Amino acid sequence: MTAPLLKVENLRIELTTRDGVAPVIDDLSFELGAGESISFVGESGCGKSMTALGIMGLLPEKVGRVASGSINFAGEELSTATEKRMREIRGNDISMIFQEPMTSLNPVYTVGEQIAEVLRAHQNLSKAAAWASAIELLDAVRIPNAQRRVSDYPFQMSGGQRQRVMIAIALACKPKILIADEPTTALDVTIQAQIFDLLNDMKRQTGAAIIMITHDMGAVAEMAERMIVMYAGRNAEQGPVEQIIERPRHPYSKGLIACVPHIMATLTEERRELTEVAGIVPSLREFGKNRCLFASRCNMVTQKCLDKRPPEVAFEGQQMSACWHAEAV
Amino acid sequence: MSTNPLIPKDNVPIARHPAAEAWEMFRRNHAAMVALVVLSAIVLVAIFGPYIYPIDPFDMVWAPFSPPGVDGFILGTDYLGRDLLAAIIHGARVSILIGLAAALMSVFIGVTVGALAGFYRGWVEEVLMRITEFFQVLPTLLFSMVIVALFGASLPMITFAIGIVSWTAVARITRSEFLRIRELEYVTASRASGTKNSKLMFKVILPNALPPIIVQAALMVGSAILFEAGLSFLGLTDPNVVSWGQVIGSNRQYILDAGYTVTIPGIAIFVTVLAISLVGDGLNDALNPKLRQR
Repeated sequence: MTAPLLKVENLRIELTTRDGVAPVIDDLSFELGAGESISFVGESGCGKSMTALGIMGLLPEKVGRVASGSINFAGEELSTATEKRMREIRGNDISMIFQEPMTSLNPVYTVGEQIAEVLRAHQNLSKAAAWASAIELLDAVRIPNAQRRVSDYPFQMSGGQRQRVMIAIALACKPKILIADEPTTALDVTIQAQIFDLLNDMKRQTGAAIIMITHDMGAVAEMAERMIVMYAGRNAEQGPVEQIIERPRHPYSKGLIACVPHIMATLTEERRELTEVAGIVPSLREFGKNRCLFASRCNMVTQKCLDKRPPEVAFEGQQMSACWHAEAV
Repeated sequence: MSTNPLIPKDNVPIARHPAAEAWEMFRRNHAAMVALVVLSAIVLVAIFGPYIYPIDPFDMVWAPFSPPGVDGFILGTDYLGRDLLAAIIHGARVSILIGLAAALMSVFIGVTVGALAGFYRGWVEEVLMRITEFFQVLPTLLFSMVIVALFGASLPMITFAIGIVSWTAVARITRSEFLRIRELEYVTASRASGTKNSKLMFKVILPNALPPIIVQAALMVGSAILFEAGLSFLGLTDPNVVSWGQVIGSNRQYILDAGYTVTIPGIAIFVTVLAISLVGDGLNDALNPKLRQR
């Protein structure tokens, strides 16, 4: 394999809270090849979105910062890049779509103006050329009658259509990486499948690598080749999606998979009952302690888990798990 | 949109343009509608009046203290025999012009200060808001009197004196709107597509912050007219330009003998400021989303 497009190494992102400094991302490493798609999975508060914001250089000002580690994009270090350079990269090389399509578009501009704006900012297109591309892009994200809808305001569109517009904006400059932060959470189930289809299509057409953040295992199965299960800011398990779904090596991944009805059904015929992962994600105060942070919710917990943070154990097929009992899971 | 023939077309809810909705809300405020008509009439008089009624308000055209309606002078003459109707018509121009210019100036200062403070936070906000508070606690009339007295009573200087003391409200409103809007998702989304700070401030956030600023600006036109009247009543006015306040000021010694010379320009100010306030209230109804669907 050639050098990866994005290489994150030992990334540590710290948030300053009232209780002191907490590492919301603790020693995270992963690689993303060109045109590849990877998924971050985990519950709310596990640091999935923080990873995305960290890559974009959009951590909350004065509160969050990259404390150590590196984010290397195509040979360029992003964690120390200047704000000016980051602005050039954002929307052009790496772009992002958000969870809430209803509020992610500026209500006072037409969707055409908003798409054209990105093109004009990054590619120096003329007004007319940018407008023409905006119509093409709307058509590409399958908004019917793009010629006319291009001058619609966001409030004239449905949630699914707005998410399509967001995708059009994100892909306008043919980025190398598209980060999708729970792109379908706020949408109807019927629309979700359409958005996934669209994302997969666009990925094929533009060759963009996709980082998808989600808590929906079904979405992962549909979208990604590899997945990273995050728990409390740490990498719990990493590897090819099918392999992990079939044989999770971390009790947390196992729990997450057991929560999803249709994957369950194909896995084990005899257990139809859905299970839950009991308990909640520990508070930020717990983050960064030298022990397994999942221990409090784990049914395989032993003294070792409470004494020392588990190292990442490699399994065949590039699967990695950070659990003392990975072999036994 | 549904093409099902069973669903009658009229029942399909159509999202309406915010401007259309705002106009609908404004129209429901009857007082504001009446005020809008009155205000339009006043503005038309201010623009075209001097051409239709070209008598110079400084010319002594008749005997002093001729009461309204007598001798063919609809509003009578003042203590120097000058036509009061001409003064009202020509004065409308100056009063409204100063009102608009002063409001514009305070909006300009206020929006700039508020936007910078609300967008950048941190020490920028600290410094700018302390300056705002400093201007807020100044006795406004006194401060603008000092400015006019020191630098001369020309129209631009009077406008400046009014604008410089009344921008604080706009600054505070703008800042609070910026603090709210900067956290919204579309601002983050805009950042994520590489938008520059200056553009974020003035093209992304500001248009969304405008409604309350517009309402405040409308009300400020009214208070600026009052302010100008106050200053010129005290004699702090350009003697070569007629304004409503100046007419009151110059006739104030004769208030007991010829009360109409003071009352008529007073009514002009009262009606204009009231109309502006009511229109401002209507704008508030129209632009404040919290009042929608009530």
